[in-house]
Amino acid sequence: MNKVMYSGAEILLKSLLKEGVEEVFGYPGGVVLPLYDALYMQNDIKHYLVRHEQAAVHAAEGYARVSGKVGVAIVTSGPGACNTITGLANAYYDGTPLILITGQVNSKLIGGDAFQEADIVGITRSCCKHNYLVKDVKDLARVVKEAFYIASTGKKGPVVIDIPVDVFNGKYTFDYPKNVELVGYNPTYKGHHLQIQKALNVLFEAKRPVIISGGGVVASDAHRELKELAVKLHIPVVHTLMGAGTYPDNLETSLGMMGMHGNYCANLTVSNADVIFAIGTRFSDRITGCLKKFARDAQVIHIDIDPCSISKNVKATIPIVGDVKNILQTMLHELSKSRHKIDTELKDKWFKDIFEWKNKVAIPQKTSEKLSALTVLNAIYDYTKKDEPIVTTEVGQHQMWTAQNFKFNQPRKFITSGGLGTMGFGFPAAMGACVAKKSKYIINIAGDGSIQMNIQELMSCVDYKFKVINCIINNGYLGMVRQWQEKIYNKHYSQTKISSPDFVKLAESYGALGIRVEKEEEIIPALKRAIEFEGPSMIDFVCENFEMVYPWVLAGEPIDKVLLSREEC
Amino acid sequence: MTINHTVSVLVSNEVGVLSRIVDLFSGRGYNIESLTVAPTLDSIYSRVTIVTPADEDVIEQICKQLNRLIPVIKVANLSIGEAIEYEIGLIKVYVSDENRAEFLNIVSQANATIMDVNEKVYTVKIDGDEKKVQTFAELIRPFGIKEFVRSGKVAITKGNQFSNFKKQREESLKAVL
Repeated sequence: MNKVMYSGAEILLKSLLKEGVEEVFGYPGGVVLPLYDALYMQNDIKHYLVRHEQAAVHAAEGYARVSGKVGVAIVTSGPGACNTITGLANAYYDGTPLILITGQVNSKLIGGDAFQEADIVGITRSCCKHNYLVKDVKDLARVVKEAFYIASTGKKGPVVIDIPVDVFNGKYTFDYPKNVELVGYNPTYKGHHLQIQKALNVLFEAKRPVIISGGGVVASDAHRELKELAVKLHIPVVHTLMGAGTYPDNLETSLGMMGMHGNYCANLTVSNADVIFAIGTRFSDRITGCLKKFARDAQVIHIDIDPCSISKNVKATIPIVGDVKNILQTMLHELSKSRHKIDTELKDKWFKDIFEWKNKVAIPQKTSEKLSALTVLNAIYDYTKKDEPIVTTEVGQHQMWTAQNFKFNQPRKFITSGGLGTMGFGFPAAMGACVAKKSKYIINIAGDGSIQMNIQELMSCVDYKFKVINCIINNGYLGMVRQWQEKIYNKHYSQTKISSPDFVKLAESYGALGIRVEKEEEIIPALKRAIEFEGPSMIDFVCENFEMVYPWVLAGEPIDKVLLSREEC
Repeated sequence: MTINHTVSVLVSNEVGVLSRIVDLFSGRGYNIESLTVAPTLDSIYSRVTIVTPADEDVIEQICKQLNRLIPVIKVANLSIGEAIEYEIGLIKVYVSDENRAEFLNIVSQANATIMDVNEKVYTVKIDGDEKKVQTFAELIRPFGIKEFVRSGKVAITKGNQFSNFKKQREESLKAVL
């Protein structure tokens, strides 16, 4: 019996279908022509054309983070592939499952400095979870299977598949493997039983416990278990930037975000805790502040699926390697069997302290007659919260203000660049979020600096009628850097004053809606128009130039040294 | 305390695996003192032996990070238990007529082997642990070393300990616990 032969390009698409891929983001080019031809001949996978390869990867990441599925991006060799590096590094840092397919020059020309050749496997090695160069069409289906497995298990991350043009054109049968055989890759899911028991005992005895909820809780979809455990054990919860929405912000025991721009209360609670229960967090320097002074007297229970994250920065007293959801479920099960009574009286004393700290908040800043960014953001939040839109951000002051002031009661609603801190992430990520179709419209909170880093995507949004509402907090400066210059560099505003085009005209020239807002009473009408508009919009909020983000813990300071206003030294 | 650790890494014998390991060391600021790579009896695997100076916390991270690489099958820190360590030094020495007797005496005392003699230039081989190779080199340095080539280290555990796959996984778990 003769088996049907398919081209490498067809095999790739068939493999993607087997993995449940329905949408991809990409940009064509010379060596991926056979793949784009195969895409043209089918209707199962929809391709979204971006205007820059970096945006394709960010869009795939936005899609993955909103949907929980694996995001896929396709680019050509050389410059196309090189443009994806920032996107890859971003996804690697924040643990987002992605597959990036890069075209490569003919395998016989590799190493000969061919046109648009780049050693992309070499270049991406340190910014992705794993990468492949497929040299034989026979290996293609197996590699795709492995890549999806690696991307979506363990600590999730991006995997690059580099495919030479002759492999796309090569012919072979299609037989998608059922299993993956990777001897060297066995992520641990189940937590060590003894460790879990030890952790529970410590939590029972704790006088001043706190839970730090990180991005790992989102990745393992464990927010329900987290809530149940925290409520049952009567423990307050703080979250990291990546952990936003993992614990409902409307609960009294939710203390909000901790870290450099975290709440006073959240930071003080962690600083004074006797037991820190860290779940799915890397303890990044933005969370710990001065490492030597972090959690000096606390016992640290740390759950993470990545053994490398444990005791890397903060030494764990009780480390538990494994999947957060799996481990929390075991803990809940053990809890239901245990006859231990939680000493609520003891905990009430702790909560009394905490609620006192809650009263200490950033002191509102006197602004000029210009709009205050905080007024704008609070108005956006209040007006849109009934729709529970997905909110993306770029990186800078606006990002921190959003993280501080928007309340999220569900995970996967707040999409931001955490570890890498990539300006230009939010807008393309919002496009990806649109494709995932989880909310009526997407709000991208941006700064006047960040939005200009991937502004070309306005055209893609117009083409696909993506309802991305770009709210630009336009303060004429690279605000976060300026803030540091004001405080630490004697107000030497070196290269941070930044000019912008007329965003209204710019939006209109793309066919998008552009609105300028200079007065408080214009905010709601502008949002109304943007929400009604069938396509992308840009609202240019002309804001006060010198507003600062508070609370603020200066880099290298312990996290309980929280500045609440400019007047404090 | 920073000491030299000998880390034995079993990897899938595939393209680029060595660059992954070397990139990991340079990217995260670890040092490689010496490096040896060769296929195992089963040529689908290779053994990489790395000597790296590190303190306790850093070596723990190095082993964890190595384990995280997909083609890495097992990682064993041979400096923890007892291990047999071996390296080779090839040394080209100029020996004058009047020094010859003394030189040959040192060579035979140290159990070194003369591999080649050409006029007054002797090529000798010394093998053993790092200290032995180093000491021998120091001893013959006064004669005038023309060239000194040294291999990386190979190492194996002593007695009936095996750094087998399953055990290694258990150990890495223990290291974490």
